[in-house]
This record gives sequence, structure tokens and C-alpha cells, in this order.
Amino acid sequence: MPDIFGIPPQALFGQLLLGLINGAFYALLSLGLAVIFGLLNIINFTHGAQYMMGAFVAWMLLNWLGVGYWWALLIVPVTVGLTGILIERTMLHRLYKLDHLYGLLLTFGIALIIQGVFRNQFGSSGLPYGIPAQLRGGTDLGFMFMPNYRGWVVVVSLVVCLATWFVIEKTKLGSYLRAATENPALVQSFGINVPRMITLTYGFGVGLAAFTGVLAAPIYQVSPLMGADLIIIVFAVVVIGGMGSIMGSILTGFGLGIIEGLTKVFYPEASSTVIFVIMVIVLLIKPAGLFGRAR
Amino acid sequence: MAEAMLSVSGLNAWYGESHILHGVDFQVREGEVVTLLGRNGAGKTTTMKSVMGIVGSRKGSVKFKGTETISLPSYAIARQGIAFCPEERGIFASLDVKENLLLPPAVAEGGLSVETIFELFPNLKERLASQGTKLSGGEQQMLAIGRILRTGAKLLLLDEPTEGLAPVIVQQIGRTIRRLKNEGFTILLVEQNFRFAATVADRHYVMEHGRVVDEIANDALEANMEKLHEYLGV
Ligand SMILES: Nc1ncnc2c1ncn2[C@@H]1O[C@H](COP(=O)(O)OP(=O)(O)OP(=O)(O)O)[C@@H](O)[C@H]1O
Ligand SMILES: [Mg+2]
Repeated sequence: MPDIFGIPPQALFGQLLLGLINGAFYALLSLGLAVIFGLLNIINFTHGAQYMMGAFVAWMLLNWLGVGYWWALLIVPVTVGLTGILIERTMLHRLYKLDHLYGLLLTFGIALIIQGVFRNQFGSSGLPYGIPAQLRGGTDLGFMFMPNYRGWVVVVSLVVCLATWFVIEKTKLGSYLRAATENPALVQSFGINVPRMITLTYGFGVGLAAFTGVLAAPIYQVSPLMGADLIIIVFAVVVIGGMGSIMGSILTGFGLGIIEGLTKVFYPEASSTVIFVIMVIVLLIKPAGLFGRAR
Repeated sequence: MAEAMLSVSGLNAWYGESHILHGVDFQVREGEVVTLLGRNGAGKTTTMKSVMGIVGSRKGSVKFKGTETISLPSYAIARQGIAFCPEERGIFASLDVKENLLLPPAVAEGGLSVETIFELFPNLKERLASQGTKLSGGEQQMLAIGRILRTGAKLLLLDEPTEGLAPVIVQQIGRTIRRLKNEGFTILLVEQNFRFAATVADRHYVMEHGRVVDEIANDALEANMEKLHEYLGV
């Protein structure tokens, strides 16, 4: 195959795939943040730690209980989601009427505690988590060789993102969520138990982060700081996309992953900063973000 | 006399530190249309929100069909069969008209069917796919009233449903209120416009400074006109 802009296609598509994978993680995590922020009015700085917990709980299930990847995909979001519900019920729900800053400080503090506990227990070097047997190996797509597990991650992330979008934008349950995001008191006065809905939404957002952690475990090492590193980029993604929109989070997540991948090919020196450069530009031109509404 | 459907006594309410209602007392009997009249800031909206349980905090007694609701959360009050149409209408921008209309869940048997609501407000039927807040002010008011008729709630709290609307639409809302009364709804209405109130109501309460200060039967309205002008400052 001929080179494209002087780049061998294998390298180009390889980086594109890596970009898509990163984009999938950005999309899943920023989606959870957007859903939580919409209803709780809290910027969930614990999100990265909860993603890390997802990877660790999958690792513990495998190494301590012999429970494999597929079950982990189900069990981990539920268990980590329940810890989120506990956090919401005991702490977060006291902050809703206060400034965003309080929620941000509290969730940041919780993240530090969780990361500290895991670092104490497991050290900071990563633990390996194998790719499940069914997804080992790769497929020759003609123009590139694709590791099966990576293809799976892209597909399953897309499906989960679109399913979340569908539920929120197109179903009855979603109409409750959207309405409660606008005016919780009025929705409550219609007979809907909004506090419970808020609790479950936080649990869902946290579960989504944990699910992402399970997906990530076989790709990255399972380590206490894996979320802390990623979440900084995800917050930049959220700033770029704007907090208001579900589809906006998804598109921005995948889009920025791809841009990052392409930057690695064409101008590797900028690959770790390109997202932040875009963030600055977007903030200058459209402070509410590409898809955001000013609040 | 039969016990009132809604019986409010000694109701106090606060927004944060500010004490707004200072012992509000009134009753609404089943099948009645009763208004709360009063100047801006008298506490009419706050009274409705207190009945609904969506103010900061409240004390006193709000009995609905004999059940004390003062310590219930808002959603549980709604499920007893009370529905609230707020002054600012509360149409959701992120929902289309159909979603807005179908949003409030049924709390009891016997709500109006969607067909009946379209019969009352034909405009809505044509705009089902529009974004809720793209409707005109009048249509938004119809939507705000229409959506609470579906739920089976038999006590409706309507906060200034005619505010800022053209005379034909005010008349349409007046007809609707009279028809709802005939269908067995009980209505507590906040109005600034007592001429409109007189065309639909059985009784009127006058509020001042967070208290009910007077009660006037609708047929005594003419006789009390001078007093009323003074209360309302019109
Ligand atoms: N959210 C709030 N926080 C603090 N004070 C409030 C709030 N809402 C209303 N108030 C105050 O409570 C008092 C009563 O307001 P309320 O809205 O009940 O009056 P109203 O009789 O409905 O007036 P209007 O005819 O203008 O609608 C006013 O002094 C108002 O400033
Ligand atoms: Mg008012």
C-alpha cells in the first residue's frame, strides 16, 4: 500500500486505532461526568478513582476469587456503583444547594483517599490483567492488523455510549432525568421521587466509570494512579465539549482521541499537549464548550 | 359542614432565613373553586408551594382529605392527589411538547384522557413535536394546565394561569376552569385579576403580608368592592 502523506498506512491506522481506544475511554468517562453534573450539579472529581477501582475490582475478582473478565463486566459496575450510592447518600447529598466548589473539593478529597488506600495495599507499580481468551489475537483487516481486544473495546464503548444517549434522550425515564436536570422541585411536585433518582444517577455514573476501568484493565496496567492521569485529560475533554450535552460528550471524546492519535503520527512532540491546546482555543472562542449551554 | 378537602391552618413558611408565611388559614371544600387574592409579594405563590412541599421549610398544618401532609416530601404529597401548575409555567426546554404533556405520572385513577385534553386545548395537538419552550405564552400555559389533568389528581393548584395572556386566551382558560369544576375537579386559584376570578370562583381569600386577612363569597364581591380595591391597591 502507498504511503499517506509520507506515513506508512500501518503506522497511520495503528495510531488511529490507539486514538479511537483513548477516545472511547474519554467518551465513556466524560459521559458519566456529564450525567452526574446535569442532575447533581457536582463535578465528580472522584471519577478517575472510581475508574481505577473498576480495574482493581476486576483484578481482585480474577486473582482472589477466580471470577473472569466477562462476569467482571457485570459485577464490577454494580459493586463500584453501590459504593458511589453510599458516598452520595452519606456525603454528596448535603452539598447540592451549595456552590460547585464544595462538591469539587469533597469529591477530590475522596479521590485522594481512595487512591491512597489502593497505593498502600498494592503499591504504585502496575498489576497485569490478561486479555480474556476469546479476544486474544488479532484480525487482518487488509489495510491493517487489528488486535481483537482493541476492536472489542471500541465497539462496546460505542454501544454503551449510544445506549446511554438513547435512554436519556428518547425514553420516558430519560424525560424524567432531563426534566429534573432543569427543575428538580417541579418534577418532584409531580410525584416523582427525585432524591432517589439523583442517588441512582450517581450510582449509574460511577458504575459507568468502573465499567470503563474493566475495559481498560487488559490494555493498561492496573495501578492506583491510572485514573488520576486519565481524568485530567477527561476534564479537558469535558471543558471542550461543554457540560450540557450527552451526544456532545460522546462526539468530543471520540473526536479528541482521534485527533490525539493523528498528532502522534504527524507531530509526535505535541501529542501529549494537543488536547490542552484545543481546550485553550475553545475556551477563548466558545467558553461554554462546543456543545454546552451557558448556565 | 363536611370536612374540607384541603385544610390549611397556622401555616408558616421560610425561604432560608426569610420568614414569609406567618400563620395562613383557609379551607377548600370538594368541588369548589377558591381563589387567593392579594398584592405582589403577599405570599400567594409561597402558600401554594408550601401546600406542595417545595418551599425551604414549613410548619403548621396542611391536611388533605383528612391526612396531615406537613411532614411529607413533595413527591408523596403529589401522590395523595394534588397537582400544581406554577406561575412561571415550568415548561421543560429539553422536552418536546408531547414529553412535557406526558411527564407527570398518574397518581390516581380517573385523570382526563389525552384526547379530552386536546379537545380542551386543540393548539397542543398541532405542536406535539415542538420543543416545549418554543410554544407561545398562551400555549405554554395550556400545556402546563393540560399535563396535570392527566394524572388523576383532583385538587389543582393554579398559580396565575391568566398572567400576561391575551383576552381570548384568558376567556379560554376561564371556560376550561368552569368545565373542570363541572367534571368534579377542586381548584385553588391564585389571581391578581379579581374580575376574572369573579367569573370562575365560589369564594375568595385575601392575603396580606403572609397571612389570610379576609374571606369573601363570590356573590358578596360587588358589595365588598371598596374594601377589595384597598386590599389589592388597584
Ligand atoms: N425563593 C425565594 N427566596 C427568598 N424569598 C422569596 C423567594 N420567593 C419569594 N420570596 C419572597 O417571599 C414573599 C412572597 O412571595 P410570593 O411569591 O409568595 O408572593 P406572591 O403573592 O405570589 O406575589 P406575586 O403576585 O408577585 O406572584 C416576597 O416578599 C418574595 O420576595
Ligand atoms: Mg406569585
